[in-house]
Amino acid sequence: MQSVQFEAPGTVEQAVALLAGATGDARVLAGGTDLLVQLRSHMVDPALVVDIKHIEETRTLVRNADGSYTIGSAVAGAEAHEHDRFAAEWPGVMESWDLIGSTQIQGRASLGGNLCNASPAADSVPAMIAAGMTANIAGPGGRRTVPVEDIPVAPGRTSLANGEFVVSFNLPARPAGGGDAYLRLIPRTEMDIAVVGCGVALVLDAGGIVTSARVSLGAVAPTVLLVEDAARAIVGTRLDDDALAALDAACQAACSPINDKRGTIVYRTQVAGVLARRAARIAAERAGSR
Amino acid sequence: MTGEKTEFKWVGTRAIRPDGHDKVTGRAKFGSDFALPGMLQGRVLRSPHAHARIRSIDTSAAEALPGVKGVITSADFADQPAELAAAGEALVNYRDMVRNVMAREKVLYDGHAVAAVAATSAEIAEAALELISVDYEVLDHVIDVDLAMEPGAPILDEELEPAGMEASGPTNIAKRVDFDLGDVEEGFAKAEVVLERSYTTAAVHQGYIEPHAAVASVSEDGQAQIWCCTQGQFMVRAYTARLCGMETSQIRVTPSEIGGGFGGKTVVYLEPLATALSRKTGRPVKMIMSREEVFRASGPTSAGSMTYRIGATRNGVITAFEGTIRLEAGAFPGSPVQPACMCAVAPYDIKNVRLTGYDVVVNRPKVAAYRAPGAPISAFGAESIIDELAKELGFDPLQLRLKNAAKQGTKAAYGPTFRRIGYEETVEQAIASEHYSAPLGPNQGRGVASGFWFNIGGESAATVNINEDGTAVVVSGNPDIGGSRASLALMAAEELGIDYTKVRPIIGDTSSVGYNFLTGGSRVTFATGLAVVEAARDAVRQMCERAAKIWEVESDGVIWRDGHAVPASSNVGDFEPLSLADIAAQSPKTGGPICGHNAQNVQGAGPGFATHICDVEVDPETGRVTILRYTAVQDVGRAIHPSYVEGQIQGGAVQGIGWALNEEYIYNERGQLENPGFLDYRIPVASDLPMIETVVVEVPNDRHPYGVRGVGEVPIVPPMAAVANAIENATGVRMEHLPMSPPRLLAALDAARLPEAAE
Repeated sequence: MQSVQFEAPGTVEQAVALLAGATGDARVLAGGTDLLVQLRSHMVDPALVVDIKHIEETRTLVRNADGSYTIGSAVAGAEAHEHDRFAAEWPGVMESWDLIGSTQIQGRASLGGNLCNASPAADSVPAMIAAGMTANIAGPGGRRTVPVEDIPVAPGRTSLANGEFVVSFNLPARPAGGGDAYLRLIPRTEMDIAVVGCGVALVLDAGGIVTSARVSLGAVAPTVLLVEDAARAIVGTRLDDDALAALDAACQAACSPINDKRGTIVYRTQVAGVLARRAARIAAERAGSR
Repeated sequence: MTGEKTEFKWVGTRAIRPDGHDKVTGRAKFGSDFALPGMLQGRVLRSPHAHARIRSIDTSAAEALPGVKGVITSADFADQPAELAAAGEALVNYRDMVRNVMAREKVLYDGHAVAAVAATSAEIAEAALELISVDYEVLDHVIDVDLAMEPGAPILDEELEPAGMEASGPTNIAKRVDFDLGDVEEGFAKAEVVLERSYTTAAVHQGYIEPHAAVASVSEDGQAQIWCCTQGQFMVRAYTARLCGMETSQIRVTPSEIGGGFGGKTVVYLEPLATALSRKTGRPVKMIMSREEVFRASGPTSAGSMTYRIGATRNGVITAFEGTIRLEAGAFPGSPVQPACMCAVAPYDIKNVRLTGYDVVVNRPKVAAYRAPGAPISAFGAESIIDELAKELGFDPLQLRLKNAAKQGTKAAYGPTFRRIGYEETVEQAIASEHYSAPLGPNQGRGVASGFWFNIGGESAATVNINEDGTAVVVSGNPDIGGSRASLALMAAEELGIDYTKVRPIIGDTSSVGYNFLTGGSRVTFATGLAVVEAARDAVRQMCERAAKIWEVESDGVIWRDGHAVPASSNVGDFEPLSLADIAAQSPKTGGPICGHNAQNVQGAGPGFATHICDVEVDPETGRVTILRYTAVQDVGRAIHPSYVEGQIQGGAVQGIGWALNEEYIYNERGQLENPGFLDYRIPVASDLPMIETVVVEVPNDRHPYGVRGVGEVPIVPPMAAVANAIENATGVRMEHLPMSPPRLLAALDAARLPEAAE
């Protein structure tokens, strides 16, 4: 192992300068719940580690005047629970965040880290995509905002350019009649990685008809998927059995998983449809209860 | 022996364990906590191949790296003749052992040690490993037991000559064993219902939380000290002496606290390497396995494959049982196929039984003992087919078991005739339990299964030293895995008649207590407990003699009562009772120190039986199984410390549930282990399980002063079949292969649904 340069800048500009100026592999440290494990198991051997937790913007979760949220990329799941409205307004995003690791990990695990680790099985990512979240990226060329689904491009790889990092996320205001949910399948009840994950966010009108929906699947393809056909299958319906069957079929059709130690192609595909049906029902219940 | 007393002051209480405070505060020293000045760090180079011939090893570049103080390979260990030695409940062969700790001609599994380095830091040692060049000729490998037995399978050892059978050429079959009772043909002729089924179980790791760790220090005069986490310091001494060419008197082994073993620490991996490196470098050497190394190179227990045939009359009498059991031994012979055969139907009184077992080598780590070695594997099949038989006959599954239950006088298929045993009581209590008649909801099912384990005695030595202030120290020689120190101290306090808190139990190193066979076979509270009781009685006898001396009476005129020497009768004289403290205080004047001793090869272990009830809920769309409720009923003889008895029962049940549902080794096509960590080797986590309810049955073992049987192994025997039977009850689908993981169960559910859909 080579020696690692460790920096903990206090501003976005300093962080960008450090990352852009790195000569070898540079890694951003948010909660560190993936990075430290990778360092210790020699999966990565960076020349530079930049801890972004001293940057105010990465550490704050605020509800804006219009009801939208700005969530710092290094805010931990346990901190999000301390917000008085967030978990109630976006229960799907919150429950996906809650599923990352143990209680100890919850004190550190962040949405930014979970997204930029670029695992197709990341729990929070399908929920973020379903909720329509976007990421605020800072880099040598300034700032840009992109949809969350555009960031992972392959297992372990993101679309972030050299010197860029995710500073925060935008979560839209919860629409009237909106509800979201995230479900994952693991063989155990915790301390495991999703075999399949599914996030659903939808809006019901006063008559209980789905007026819009976003469906996202994790662990069934090289990256987390936004499945537009699945959304189309339920928009305009009351989530009756036929609509749910169509949702199931659309999700299965979108899957291109692999056989590995965590699941088979057949199993993942089949369960993706099951979880989508169940998550849609939960999201609708939540939407209807408001 | 038993029946002397049934009311106790200390036995049967839930006293605080003597090692409790240090464990909850973090003060307790485990294997990796030990350090010495000037200590080097040792690391092992492991094979990336499942099967390869080693053409050459070049260590020169590693030796030249600054900070590297020594490198060893198989050339540093003399070859050993094939000679068997006892290791827990199995026998080991020194020729194989020397090859397992350091590969010689071939590497036989992914993770097999090929060289080791000692350096001034772990980083340097790891860098040095990468500088060792090994020229391998990669060979075809075989991992599955059934494939390994087929003609044309890759052969691990061309010289292997199977025991108990003829072989027509090179083979992976190391041994065939046969057990016969009665006449199975006749038994099947009497049967009105005959079932034949095949089952497989996956290899599973013991999953102890503490990785193997050892520090060895060899002095200039050739004296060695070893500190390590092990189930048997005397075992480490014997094996290390043999492999390193030393005398046992030259080696002193001190066991650390142990973070779980379950049988997996009844063998050596690091100790001979650390000793050889220390001897070579002249410095203490510390070696710790990573979790990945634990999975790739230690344990597991065998995967198994079995075919059973069972016959019964319509009125529920099992008339015959026949089976073939094939177990993987790993890279070297020695699977627990013999106990697997012996335990398969031991809970039952079946007049005609024939079982054949095969011990088969495959390209996996050499198996190590794991809780009731072999029994859970054979019982999974046996308790599954008996469940099917009950359904076929229209019997309640527990009533069928009760009707065929082994009892006092039953001749077991493996040889002995049972003395008083408590199997029927476990079934009766299960039937009577509230759990057994509790209602079930949709997608829920209930399963039951029984299990047997022999339990063992063996060599134990103990000393009870009476201190000058009226306290006592109990010195024994078995690492405390399951609360045995507390149990030993309770029995000593009971015998001495003093407060439990005045008895301090310690575990001696190999040079400060007589020989103790390792902690295994559920033997410690029984066998070492017996030695402690006898040693305490020896101390009591001495104290009675001292009292006689003080009173100037004949020594047989003094007896021991409630911690005091008292005159045996009024004829002896009128003396005030002398307390243990009084006698201890006067000991310098009455003959010197009072030290009770006992050493023996303890016989008379009492067989243990258990019956478990399991409720599951199956998600029909995902194949996920939730354990809703679980009750374990077990005959323990006598619970010396009920909390640790219950803890053993709960732990065994939980490990069995893991074996049933998710645990398995996943190999890639090159024979490399894909899941060497707790993330993807899925033992149950706490939130997966309900509280395991225990029902402790006490049918005392008449060969122990307090009636103790073994406790720790039986509870892992029933769970896999109990879960499978519950799943069948919930879904109608019979799972014959382990693990019953969500993908496998969903596939089975779908396969069962297809014909329905077609109708």
